[in-house]
Amino acid sequence: MTTEVGSEAEVKKDSEQLGPDKAKDKPEEASETPDDQKSRETSGEAQDSSVPAPTSQSSPNSQKKEKSSPESKGISRFLPPWLKKQKSYTLAEPKDEPKKRATGEEQGVEESESQALEGVAQPRKSLEEAAENRENAKADDKEKHSISAEIQPSKEDGKETEVEEAAEKKEEKQEEKENRETKEVQTADIKTDNIPQKSPKKIKTVQCKVMLLDGTEYSCDLEKRAKGQVLFDKVCEHLNLLEKDYFGLLFYENSEQKNWLDSSKEIKRQIRSLPWIFTFNVKFYPPDPSQLTEDITRYFLCLQLRQDIASGRLPCSFVTHALLGSYTLQAELGDHDPEEHRSDYISEFQFAPNQTQEMEEKVAELHKTHRGLTPAQADSQFLENAKRLSMYGVDLHHAKDSEGVDIMLGVCANGLLIYKDRLRINRFAWPKILKISYKRSNFYIKVRPAEQEQFESTIGFKLPNHRAAKRLWKVCVEHHTFFRLVSPEQPPKAKFLTLGSKFRYSGRTQAQTRQASTLIDRPAPYFERTSSKRVSRSLDGAPMGISDQSLLRDFSATGGQAAGDKIIDLEAAGQAKLKESGREEDESPLKTPQLELAQDGKISSLRVDGENIYVRHSNLMLEDLDKTQDDLLKHQASISELKRNFMESTPEPRPNEWEKRRITPLSLQTQGSSHETLDIVEEKKQAEFGIEETLVIDETNKGKMQVATDAGETCKVEHVSKKDSSSLPSDSSSSSSSSESEDEEVGEYLPHHRAIEEVIREEQEEEEDMKRKEREENTQHVEAIPEGSKLNVPVEHTQVPAEDLVQENRVTVATEEKNLSEQIKQDLGEEKEEEQLKLNGDVSHVDIDVAPQLICCSEPPVVKTEMVTISDATQRTEISTKEIPIVQTETKTITYESSQLDGNAVGDTGVLVSAQTITSESISTTTTTHITKMVKGGVSETRIEKRIVITGDADIDHDEALAQAIKEAKEQHPDMSVTRVVVHKETELAEEDED
Amino acid sequence: CRQALRSTAGPEVDFARAEREHQLYVGVLRGKLGLQVLELPADESLPDCVFVEDVAVVCEETALLTRPGAPSRRKEVEAMKRVLESLNLNIVEMVDENATLDGGDVLFTGREFFVGLSRRTNQRGAEILADTFKDYAVSTVPVHDSLHLKSFCSMAGPNLIAIGSSEAAQKALKTMQQMSDHRYDKLTVPDDAAANCIYLNIPSKGHVLLHRAPEEYPESAKVFEKLKDHMLIPIANTELEKVDGSLTCCSVLINKSSEL
Repeated sequence: MTTEVGSEAEVKKDSEQLGPDKAKDKPEEASETPDDQKSRETSGEAQDSSVPAPTSQSSPNSQKKEKSSPESKGISRFLPPWLKKQKSYTLAEPKDEPKKRATGEEQGVEESESQALEGVAQPRKSLEEAAENRENAKADDKEKHSISAEIQPSKEDGKETEVEEAAEKKEEKQEEKENRETKEVQTADIKTDNIPQKSPKKIKTVQCKVMLLDGTEYSCDLEKRAKGQVLFDKVCEHLNLLEKDYFGLLFYENSEQKNWLDSSKEIKRQIRSLPWIFTFNVKFYPPDPSQLTEDITRYFLCLQLRQDIASGRLPCSFVTHALLGSYTLQAELGDHDPEEHRSDYISEFQFAPNQTQEMEEKVAELHKTHRGLTPAQADSQFLENAKRLSMYGVDLHHAKDSEGVDIMLGVCANGLLIYKDRLRINRFAWPKILKISYKRSNFYIKVRPAEQEQFESTIGFKLPNHRAAKRLWKVCVEHHTFFRLVSPEQPPKAKFLTLGSKFRYSGRTQAQTRQASTLIDRPAPYFERTSSKRVSRSLDGAPMGISDQSLLRDFSATGGQAAGDKIIDLEAAGQAKLKESGREEDESPLKTPQLELAQDGKISSLRVDGENIYVRHSNLMLEDLDKTQDDLLKHQASISELKRNFMESTPEPRPNEWEKRRITPLSLQTQGSSHETLDIVEEKKQAEFGIEETLVIDETNKGKMQVATDAGETCKVEHVSKKDSSSLPSDSSSSSSSSESEDEEVGEYLPHHRAIEEVIREEQEEEEDMKRKEREENTQHVEAIPEGSKLNVPVEHTQVPAEDLVQENRVTVATEEKNLSEQIKQDLGEEKEEEQLKLNGDVSHVDIDVAPQLICCSEPPVVKTEMVTISDATQRTEISTKEIPIVQTETKTITYESSQLDGNAVGDTGVLVSAQTITSESISTTTTTHITKMVKGGVSETRIEKRIVITGDADIDHDEALAQAIKEAKEQHPDMSVTRVVVHKETELAEEDED
Repeated sequence: CRQALRSTAGPEVDFARAEREHQLYVGVLRGKLGLQVLELPADESLPDCVFVEDVAVVCEETALLTRPGAPSRRKEVEAMKRVLESLNLNIVEMVDENATLDGGDVLFTGREFFVGLSRRTNQRGAEILADTFKDYAVSTVPVHDSLHLKSFCSMAGPNLIAIGSSEAAQKALKTMQQMSDHRYDKLTVPDDAAANCIYLNIPSKGHVLLHRAPEEYPESAKVFEKLKDHMLIPIANTELEKVDGSLTCCSVLINKSSEL
């Protein structure tokens, strides 16, 4: 939660600015950082010495700097001032929360920000306008960057562009972090703000207008920087609605496209045009409305459904139209009164898109039969009938399938429905879906393999545009989270999920809201039912309705804040670029290797991995809940298959995994080579296990510490990875890094949550963005476990610090990861005791990536998500998913294994260690940490695998970089021993082999 | 309904026996179960007219007159239309000349429709069915190896799908399970043909199941006999089966209070 502070601190440090802003923030930061350092140091890890090597900056936040310093250093140079600004900007967000802040405070902040801007590059938001301008500038920059990035795949030479991309990536990350941070950390920020107050200025307010379900309008003034939650709470308060989690605020972009207002983000960053007009709607249609606690909630649901039905969005038969209409009459008019209700009384209501006289007669006829029903009862009856409609709660999105056929994708409580015309042609229940992602205008779902199938498949759909794909993705993420995740028992988990990435659902899940609603203790609120009458009528007598049309004028006058959206876009674009570049690279490798193709039909799926990936943690759990025996059997079957793969024939499965994962380099290599590496790995694994046991005890404690460090590293890694991707299409690297980070997250999360200490926060925050995604993956692992036992199987950690250094000229990184993952898998396989866990892990692997076995944690969420979040049109044009650049690469894999556990890896690594520190700017280093926790015979083992991807041009001394990385790893985990070092070099043939 | 039967390669149909079986079939529905049975007049020019199921899909108050996939059967619809009109049902006719639909490909579970896409039924026909019954999800199921979707499955209870054991049947079942938000119980019988049974929920009788006789499919009959809550009525259908006829083919069930 506190990560924001950390990120801010970093930014500032990087920029070396001493603005007034810093003064404000620093107090906290400073306090935090020292603590962090202390904690780490105390843990016995010499992070400082190890990590910081390249950067010589000394500040309270030294750790962070150290972690990020190498990367940040290089990047910082290239970072445009506006990037820094963004960071600051994000910081400002927390302030936005209306009630808590005092106007004076805000003003002060703004001023300080402005000053900062002037002084250096890290100003905070001074004025919103300024911010907007910046954003715009950023957007432009990003576009440029993106273009460059896109082009790069084809051109291998644009280093500068790479750097820029990296910077962009950073920015994006930071932004994301900031956003998240803002949500979580708000309180802290507020405090900071208060401290350094300055002269007060006016708070800018914006008028918001919300169209309510009963046809009335609600308007209010909001702080310009207010978050969506503020407005939503106001509306719900106005409506006297407590069970509000089923609802949301819609705003329309381009008239047709409706978007849900993200309550955790600032409104102005989401809505482009100035008139802030929203529509209050049902967002999650409860499958069983009878379980709603309050009648008023059901009433609003009824209103929504009446709209849906009358508009044709919710199709129903003539009979159903009539029946529902009759309940509507009963609810709003009461018992049929022959005198009062003349023949035409019905025509004031609209029951159906094509309302006929015949239908109205039928409605009236049925109305008479409802005599005695109270309005609440009539509403309940209405809902009982409406909920059975096949399209109830289905959010439809236009799309095309892989063959260009027009279809509709329907998101509902149970999963994703595929319609062609009005026919359901497929359905993917949430438990079936392993990953949801989008890339540009493509939307992908990765589906759990069917019984006989060994590999999951990825299915792609083409959306009209990028925004549509993103919108669909978000809706899926939200629906899955809301309906499938049962988190009351696991608040931390849910929290992570919700907050983990930009697009995570941040509200309560259905389970949570149900639980919360049980606590509702108030007399049933009075409300008047008036809405279903035709518009003219409703507007007239609406008691609640606040129809200030003056508001509209006001809005129109202001007119031009597109900045917020642009910002988002920019971020997205940056991310997208990163991802795309990475992906593209991956793709290219895939194409080259024929082997991959043979093994996978899924290659496409790999490519497919969208920028935004949403991994379902709950899959396993869900299945348990819902599963039929068949499903369970299937699942087991799939697991067993995975096992077999791991256990039996390392060679075949591995190639798949390799290919799937990152792809190419391996293909270039002969399978034989890969096999060799695999074999080695297995042996090592055994050794590792033994080691792991010894290590286990300390790890829990260390885990936290390590995590923190790892997180820092991961962050760096991410940046690096971005660079890599930008520079060269090293999807593998990016993905691998992500995977690693995910793994790290696992370790991190657990520890963090357990020991959540402020000290770690900063670092965590930074990392969190990445990690959150990772966490998801981790969670997946955890989930997988549940099958056998339950979700939270306390995993013992065996930490086996294996550092793999990969030198990539450009494309390679993935292979190493694959190796690692394979090793891990093998290890898992070896450990029969933990089969369940292993299986789960395996499963999760499968789920996540095409090459399930290899990488459990790897790709999934982290990297992809970030990238996915926002992608701009520019990206689309340049890089199409299908495009697969062919890059020929050479791959060398060298594995150093320690004789065994006890001996510190030093010996093995020692060779490498001799190398010196790497500091070249051009070097990009990606570190991925895999923490595998397993329970063996009651002993918990933690294995840490670090993948360090060094991507660079000829400039880089890879040996040095490798040595440094190993050294750092050792230092970070003094208690751990390095059991294996796998060096995988991939060199593009086209280029000169640096290695 | 008469024995003028579509000729198909295979054993000769014993017309006399077929008629006897059909009389028994009608007798069970009418006499034993007390249903009102409306028999359509046999038309010797329409050899398949006994399979009335294919020409109409009735659900609740609405009847969809189909456009059978076999051109020779299109005229069968007319007789059915007359009868349905007499029942005051909302009648929808499938007029699209690109659409074909055989009622034998339509499985209504009570919650949703599954429509087999077979040689007799195409996408367009399924779409029209979906348009006709808007309240329900209509999912399509590819049918390859058999004539109709219901050649190997049917409803055997409110939430129970009887399914054959063949690979094609099991595959279709999986498809249906995947497509549905609802979880159905399944009753797997060794013989695909035996999986076509007639389930009725008659207020005075409870769960009633007409299934193929033990003499025909002894193993499958044993499976049905395990249904303890059902009134089980074995019915032989050996002759019509020779021309791809199954139990459900010979009737259209209409839930209508006896107004007539």
